[in-house]
Amino acid sequence: MTQLAELARLIRSKNAGPFELTFDIMFDDDATYQRVKNSGALTRDVVARCYNLPVSDVKFFYCDHAYAIKASIPRPYFQGDPRDSDGHGGQQYAPLMTIEIL
Amino acid sequence: MTAHQDEIRVLAPTGVTGSGFLESSFEQGLAQKPQFIGADAGSTDPGPEFLGSGTTAFPLAAIKRDLRLMMIGARKINVPLLIGTAGTGGSNEQLEKIATLAKEIAAAEGLRFKLALIHAEADKDYLKKRLREGRIKPLSPAPEYNEAVIDRSAHIVGMMGAEPWQRAIEAGADIILAGRSSDTAIFAAMPVMRGFPEGISWHMAKILECGAASVVQRKTPDCMFAWVRKDHFVVEAPDPALRCTPQSIASHSLYENADPFKLVECSGTLDLTNSRYEALTDRAVKVTGSEFIKAPRYTVKLEGAEKAGYMSILIGSVRDPFIIRQIDDWTARVTEKIHARVKMVFGDQLSLSDYLLNIRIYGKNGTMGPLEPVKEIRSHELCLIFEATAPTQEIANTIAGIIRHQALHLPIPEWSGLITAIACPYNQMERGAVYKFNVNHVVEPDSPTEMFPMTLYEVNGSNVTEIEK
Repeated sequence: MTQLAELARLIRSKNAGPFELTFDIMFDDDATYQRVKNSGALTRDVVARCYNLPVSDVKFFYCDHAYAIKASIPRPYFQGDPRDSDGHGGQQYAPLMTIEIL
Repeated sequence: MTAHQDEIRVLAPTGVTGSGFLESSFEQGLAQKPQFIGADAGSTDPGPEFLGSGTTAFPLAAIKRDLRLMMIGARKINVPLLIGTAGTGGSNEQLEKIATLAKEIAAAEGLRFKLALIHAEADKDYLKKRLREGRIKPLSPAPEYNEAVIDRSAHIVGMMGAEPWQRAIEAGADIILAGRSSDTAIFAAMPVMRGFPEGISWHMAKILECGAASVVQRKTPDCMFAWVRKDHFVVEAPDPALRCTPQSIASHSLYENADPFKLVECSGTLDLTNSRYEALTDRAVKVTGSEFIKAPRYTVKLEGAEKAGYMSILIGSVRDPFIIRQIDDWTARVTEKIHARVKMVFGDQLSLSDYLLNIRIYGKNGTMGPLEPVKEIRSHELCLIFEATAPTQEIANTIAGIIRHQALHLPIPEWSGLITAIACPYNQMERGAVYKFNVNHVVEPDSPTEMFPMTLYEVNGSNVTEIEK
């Protein structure tokens, strides 16, 4: 078992406009990307669980040309709202780092 | 790379005007004879306060440095310069600030050109009319939108597509400064009007609008260059030290997009499902296969910001393990005390719904809030930020003063006697007016340009004359 953070070149989160957050999990090469993609350990359901959201709230994509996996979720608070804690959405990815990949 | 007649060459000096670029890269870009130069100058990414307040996220001096180089470069090779989303939010007030910089530069450098200003501020009566007609539709997720929200908005802008740019290019404008625009529309406008395939044009635009962001390893914000041809485009950074690879270019469509394959524009959707990326050299990438699917209905996305109130904050930290282990209960108790004291001070003048008390707990879930999966506190100290948002700064300051005193001395059962529960590096502070985004909707206009009036000027050094329509 290896954690996702050890396999990925970059795991990041960012605003996708003021109302959504998006996560990019990017790999150096096709082999590592395919290993994670085929492991079944990183799916729409897993992302939903990581953020305690209904699966229907999660958009999920495999990006073969980019060797990347991507997910997007609604923001808990709109960007800049008085209760928003992360204006750029840049520090929301940590729960993805410890996903175990076979 | 050799110049073909049936191609359009594009130079993007930087991802955002004001973030900078290397002069050496820009000179190299100019030497490759672009047919136009484009850059955006704003985004929602810095938050609602800029659209709301009319200030700019990048300092005006930094914007002027970039704008000066771009204007001189564009005039030297006599090609149009297109700058969109002027002044961060792209409101009329912000566009005016950038137009003023451009006029100062023209005067100082003795530049002569035809200037187009394209306004993107939405007229409130126009929006109410479209709302009543059912021609304002929500995107997802969307806050409620009604006439009261329109009235409350400090600024509302429409995000223009390619057509207002094309109208300015057709009018012979040399320098086009626009309010809120789709970043991609700045770059797609010219290739599309010259008949290049929309899929190729819009995809090239998507890469170029971020400047050198799509290279393998960007050192600083810098220039990007593209060659748009009949069935493909090629992208390469002018700085020879920067490399594009098929992976780096393919990856770029992920950045700040919820869906990496489908990018919605006013006139349709850029579909990258069948895009192919090929290394042309070790620094240049060729892209084919990108498609553009025309929308059945033309739509213009709205962005609006309203004042959420005035904020005052208090920062304090906690080191006592007794308080840390009961922090949720402690904040609940202090919240109750604060509300009670506010009621005592203001009486009927201020109700609970008139102000917002927010407490952030760093060391617990300050960063992720409701998304935080870790429930157990593992830190030996916590940082608390108390925020009071109220209808006036004076009320916010008063509430922050109440917060300070209530939080300092809230008793806990473990200790008897007067305690001082939080460590404050300084007392409460004013944050001024705070804003929030209040719309995620699209308008269905009659025409792509009806929300974006244009004015034309003849600029000759310090002499600026409006051209009669």
